[in-house]
Amino acid sequence: MTQTSKTAVQAAEMSSRAPEKYINRVTLGARLKQYTRSPLSLILMILVMLAAVFSVGMLLFIIAYILINGVPHLTAEQFAWEYTTENVSMMPAIINTLSMVAMTLVIAVPIGVFAAVYLVEYAKRGNKLVKIIRVTTETLSGIPSIVFGLFGYLMFNLSLGWGFSILAGVVTLAMMILPLIIRTTEEALLAVPDSYREGSFGLGAGKMRTVFRVILPTAVPGIMSGIILAIGRIVGESAALIFTSGSGHSLPGALAGSGSSAATLTVHMYILSTEGLHVNEAFASAVVLLVITFIINLISDLIERHIAKKKG
Amino acid sequence: MQKVKEGIMHALFLICACVSILAVVLICVYLFSTGIPAMSEIGVTDFLFGTKWKPSSGYYGIFPMIIGSILVTGIAIAIGVPIGILCAVFMSHYCPKKLYAFVKPAINLLAGIPSIVFGFFGLMVIVPIMKDLFGGSGKSLLTAGVLLGIMILPTVIKTTESSLNAVPRSYYEGALALGATHERSVFFASLPAAKSGILAAIILGVGRAIGETMAVILVAGNQTVIPKSITSGVRTMTSNIVMEMGYAGGLHRGALIATGVVLFVFILIINLCFSALKRRKD
Repeated sequence: MTQTSKTAVQAAEMSSRAPEKYINRVTLGARLKQYTRSPLSLILMILVMLAAVFSVGMLLFIIAYILINGVPHLTAEQFAWEYTTENVSMMPAIINTLSMVAMTLVIAVPIGVFAAVYLVEYAKRGNKLVKIIRVTTETLSGIPSIVFGLFGYLMFNLSLGWGFSILAGVVTLAMMILPLIIRTTEEALLAVPDSYREGSFGLGAGKMRTVFRVILPTAVPGIMSGIILAIGRIVGESAALIFTSGSGHSLPGALAGSGSSAATLTVHMYILSTEGLHVNEAFASAVVLLVITFIINLISDLIERHIAKKKG
Repeated sequence: MQKVKEGIMHALFLICACVSILAVVLICVYLFSTGIPAMSEIGVTDFLFGTKWKPSSGYYGIFPMIIGSILVTGIAIAIGVPIGILCAVFMSHYCPKKLYAFVKPAINLLAGIPSIVFGFFGLMVIVPIMKDLFGGSGKSLLTAGVLLGIMILPTVIKTTESSLNAVPRSYYEGALALGATHERSVFFASLPAAKSGILAAIILGVGRAIGETMAVILVAGNQTVIPKSITSGVRTMTSNIVMEMGYAGGLHRGALIATGVVLFVFILIINLCFSALKRRKD
């Protein structure tokens, strides 16, 4: 008798625990049974899995292929300070890329951030000008880089007489990344709670002081993530640069005018791959580009995680 | 004093905000003022619908390039969109959290790879494969389409995934409660509800594919004739500009800039579709 009551209690305990553990849980067997009853589901499931494997597999394949073929060719010669037709060094191109990133950011970041400040903090609702600004910013972000390149060539190289120059490339790039900076900064500003603004005004600060001392510092991580994305775009850009900053293989001697042409790493790689004579060196520069892309992605991931943590 | 300072800063912010208007106006003015005269000198119909591009003998017909751009984009969409949507479904409805922490950065990384690296990869890997499969040089409409299909994947995946995540969970749960399988619930309840987001993904993909230059130029073959089959070479509007701009002069240069104008108009139409879609959603 005690035996039976014990098992009954155990069973009761089991059943009271069971639902919690097994609720909404489909076992493998049940799932397979479902699939035999509905072959369409099985097909869809397989397609989904294949697509995911393809997308991630493609990335891994590209990375592996470039690394395996490129890393052995990362010789000291490739990083020589002077470019010659023999060593086809990518060092000048790397330095050009970095200096163009810096100069482009110096131009585009203040303009983009201030524009976003105007749109979020100053503009009144339903303002017609704001509407136009939004439409043009959106248009600007959709224009393909080759069209930017054509425009830059026409305006800076020809009309202003800068010739193939690093400055023409920089200004063209600054126009290209402007919408990106404006959009990400806008999002960051909108995420700043209104209580911060009210608190600042309540303490007697003016609008300008509130913007520079309270709102912008709070929005820094968001703005940073936009800047990182912009750096990625600059580093990866090539079509807009071929006809603006040109394909000068050495470091430019001036910002504009003669001797100021500067090939970035992507343009350098394009020249190498169309010539077809320096495939190994093209692989090597692809490795460097991939590494830079990887680092940029890592940093932007860290910033995003930081923002999410602060929110959560 | 304080008021003056505030006023100056206000004006400065306003001026910065107007820079993007200035940029668009400048781009339009410079492109159209060079492109339109060249177009009218050639003759608009001769330019847009002429099938012969031979600048040395005065033929400037970009019809093969327009067709080339459209076909390459079409193939890219046919490949990239279905795979992208399925992958987005995987990420929002199948992927375990631990795997997601790997898949999401992977897709971001795919989006960040420079197009020249994609092009080089296509040249070294996809072109030889196509050569083995179909003969010829391997540089073809199909090769360019496949490569572009891979390149637009991250765009399609990201946009579709975020619109799938925005669909209320109750749609999926309701279907499940009615006895539908997991797949049926996702594909026939959640996915249709995300259809405007998916349409946006397709439009963004079209914009990216039609404007892509450096990757296409390396793998498309660049012949200036209307492709006879899917495996023949093709030249897009973008590659036409890059290939010949370096040495073009006079009317030839004008014709290339006019090609840029046509491309620009294409993109404007695509953007218009996109913003109309967004407005309808709001």
